[in-house]
Amino acid sequence: MSRFREKILGAGPLSIVSSLISIVIGLLFGCALLFILKPAAAPHGIVSMLTAGFSAPEKFAKVLYQAAPLIMTGLSVGFAFKTGLFNIGASGQYTVGACLALICGIVLKMPWWAGLIASMIGGAVWGAFPGVLKAYFNVNEVITSIMFNWIGLFAVNLVLSNIPSVLANYYGAANADRTAALAAANKSAIIPNLGLDKVLNSNYMNISVFLAAILAIVMYIILNKTVFGYELKACGHNRNASIYAGINARRNIVLSMIISGALSGIAGGLYYLAGTGQYTIDKNLLQMGFNGIPVALLATSNPVGTIFTGMFISYIQVGGDAMQPEFAVENITVIVSVIIYLSAFALLMRNVISRPLLRRSGLKTAEEHEDDGRPSGGGLLPKSDSEGEVTGQ
Amino acid sequence: MDYVIEMLNITKEFPGIKANDDITLQLRKSEIHALLGENGAGKSTLMSVLFGLYQPDGGVIKMGGKEVQIRNPNDATALNIGMVHQHFKLVEIFTVLENIILGMEPTKLGFLSTKEARAKVCALSEKYGLMIDPDARIEDITVGMQQRVEILKMLYRDNDILIFDEPTAVLTPQEIRELMAIMKSFTAEGKSILFITHKLQEIMEVADRCTVLRKGKLVGTVDVKDTTKEELSRMMVGRPVSFTVEKKDVSPGDVVLEVEGLTVPSKQHRNNAVKNVSFKVRAGEIVCLAGIDGNGQTEFSQALTGLEKPSAGKIRLRGCDITNATVRNRSKIGMSHIPEDRHKHGLVLDFTLAENLVLQRYWQPEFENLGFIRKDAVRAYADKLIGQYDIRSGQGGATVVRAMSGGNQQKAIVAREIDKDPELLVAIQPTRGLDVGAIEYIHKQLVHQRDTGKAVLLVSLELDEVMNMADRILVMYEGEIVGQFDPKKTTVEELGLYMAGARRMPAGEGAQE
Repeated sequence: MSRFREKILGAGPLSIVSSLISIVIGLLFGCALLFILKPAAAPHGIVSMLTAGFSAPEKFAKVLYQAAPLIMTGLSVGFAFKTGLFNIGASGQYTVGACLALICGIVLKMPWWAGLIASMIGGAVWGAFPGVLKAYFNVNEVITSIMFNWIGLFAVNLVLSNIPSVLANYYGAANADRTAALAAANKSAIIPNLGLDKVLNSNYMNISVFLAAILAIVMYIILNKTVFGYELKACGHNRNASIYAGINARRNIVLSMIISGALSGIAGGLYYLAGTGQYTIDKNLLQMGFNGIPVALLATSNPVGTIFTGMFISYIQVGGDAMQPEFAVENITVIVSVIIYLSAFALLMRNVISRPLLRRSGLKTAEEHEDDGRPSGGGLLPKSDSEGEVTGQ
Repeated sequence: MDYVIEMLNITKEFPGIKANDDITLQLRKSEIHALLGENGAGKSTLMSVLFGLYQPDGGVIKMGGKEVQIRNPNDATALNIGMVHQHFKLVEIFTVLENIILGMEPTKLGFLSTKEARAKVCALSEKYGLMIDPDARIEDITVGMQQRVEILKMLYRDNDILIFDEPTAVLTPQEIRELMAIMKSFTAEGKSILFITHKLQEIMEVADRCTVLRKGKLVGTVDVKDTTKEELSRMMVGRPVSFTVEKKDVSPGDVVLEVEGLTVPSKQHRNNAVKNVSFKVRAGEIVCLAGIDGNGQTEFSQALTGLEKPSAGKIRLRGCDITNATVRNRSKIGMSHIPEDRHKHGLVLDFTLAENLVLQRYWQPEFENLGFIRKDAVRAYADKLIGQYDIRSGQGGATVVRAMSGGNQQKAIVAREIDKDPELLVAIQPTRGLDVGAIEYIHKQLVHQRDTGKAVLLVSLELDEVMNMADRILVMYEGEIVGQFDPKKTTVEELGLYMAGARRMPAGEGAQE
């Protein structure tokens, strides 16, 4: 086997290469779509989509600003994946986290870090429900977390619209359908920028992306270096084996949903405590939680990887905004979604690349390896070696 | 002599490894031809070539003397070659009939029309005694029945060359006997069978000729009637293998495990799966729990090891009541457990070998520091076990266990459980699906544990294994212990009668000691 092939076949490089190929395919598709929709404006559209993020310091600030919550929801979804759970409830956890952060900041006049802690607790509580239901009643977490998205959204809307002192009109603004601007209500609740706003000439800029990156590294260490992470991963890969090894599988399911929820909750806190966005009371689920799924998939659930994939997706979104007015907002949404979701085919790409390489090197690929009749793939999607009831303890 | 199919000088090379090196296999009409070899000897590659999954680098395949090209499985099917895979290829939520017709569904005007298919399937099942309910769902029927469905699939397609890939690995002794009879009736009909296995006894019973592979090379083809088990195993492993286990005389010591009136509810039906079971295991003895699959051994083992809760009774390990203890506490008190299903319970297949070797002790101070795993200690420990227990893998401790052979996976479990230095070793079908070399190895390890004064409880479905290994045999039938035997004073036939429920010892007599 050549040195090159050996290197490529290592788990890390293979993931990175396949993610990059997926991104390229996604971008090509997006470009093709531009040509179909509006051939004349397409070249300019492509250029602005691909370069907007770096075109000016304030654009780059916007990329970083949106990346922070994306990294967090990506971490949340990826962490759950690693432990064998599909947390599709990041949106609800994000919303509840945002709600608590805003109440702490606007009503209780707490500083920004207390708001972040509150958002973490909110997300954790919202993640705990599907976790407990999964662990003790074997209810599929996908279904419960989808339902908790809606319950969370409407509960938050109900709570916020019934606290007059959290709404914008309480502070003299005209609208009652959104929360107050932090600048008017409580300046100390705004996440500090340590002068970075001057550097990039944008009031979007603050330290949130660095906080997200630090948390990503912390999650990486927890998953890969600690006994707790070992137990969580064992439980995620093969619940029966973890029970056999004396691991309390139920406790681990609940804990990983709590941690996953907490990460999504912090995402909500980071976004709404930046001081630039106001929570609007609306009947739509917030997309930030769902965009965490492609962030995690593209990073093959690697926490450090989500730092980069979160930035990429944020970059594409900023690029999409820059395509106006030649392209309508709806068209841009479609194109960006196509790019994001095709990019998330990293796992598929990984198998496509690895198969011929493996075959040539004489190793068995997943399908040929009949020993247990199950393709191995990557450690990306939740994949228990035997799903089913949680027993024991 | 006419051959129905000939694989001549087949070579299949992957860089760095010759999976098949100049192998010739000729199948006569109406014969059962066994293909014997250890895991990784090249049996699967050779069959993949025959089935069109691989193209050979050299050699030809001839059918009835004429050269044929088999480029994909459809070509193989067109040549009337059928295969029962070791892991069945059935749709769990479909019925038996739906599975059989899958891929060649009879239709009328685009609608499924199963009437004729049903008649044909029923006729076939009657003719060969393959009793099945065509409307039962696959997920609801036993593994033995599922295999019949696979066989019927081949018959429905009028296949003449039938490949059976390790068909007996999942069957009970009775089902094995039935399968053998069915295979013989096929050859009487003029069909030819390729029978892949590593169970020598079955080859001796049913096969006409046997081709042996070792490390990708052809060792030879022999007439079964002119050979012996010893000769075949020597050809397969490359050295003589002993079938009888050397055991020193050891007099049993103190009671280590005491089970009293253990009752475990069943998940399948309303009755109890284990009913009022009592016995003791002493230090320095191997107690075998024998019985036909499905008589409560699985439930008993799970209750004993803490995976299930018993509804009544007591379990004492070294005097401690562990009836309701957690798995972790049982392990701490001194129980080691080689589980029945190594993929389901024994291993985390996507973890590395090193991570799996510490699965039962990663939390001990040796491997843990302030909540962090001491990777260097894990690696050093894994290297030690890999050397000591001769666990073979591609990249040592860093190998993902999924990529290892079944025998080496099992060795890893055995190493892990024995190295815990337990007082009681519970081994449940520890040699299932392994080749003779690995079986010999695991038997030696179990006997070594006994000789060093450990208590061993072995749950086994293989009567040969029971007779060879046990110091004392308990027979389980329908969740009860129906007899206790000294292997020196009993016969396989006598045990068989008790296992089948035809006889039982009076209550109390077999239960104690």
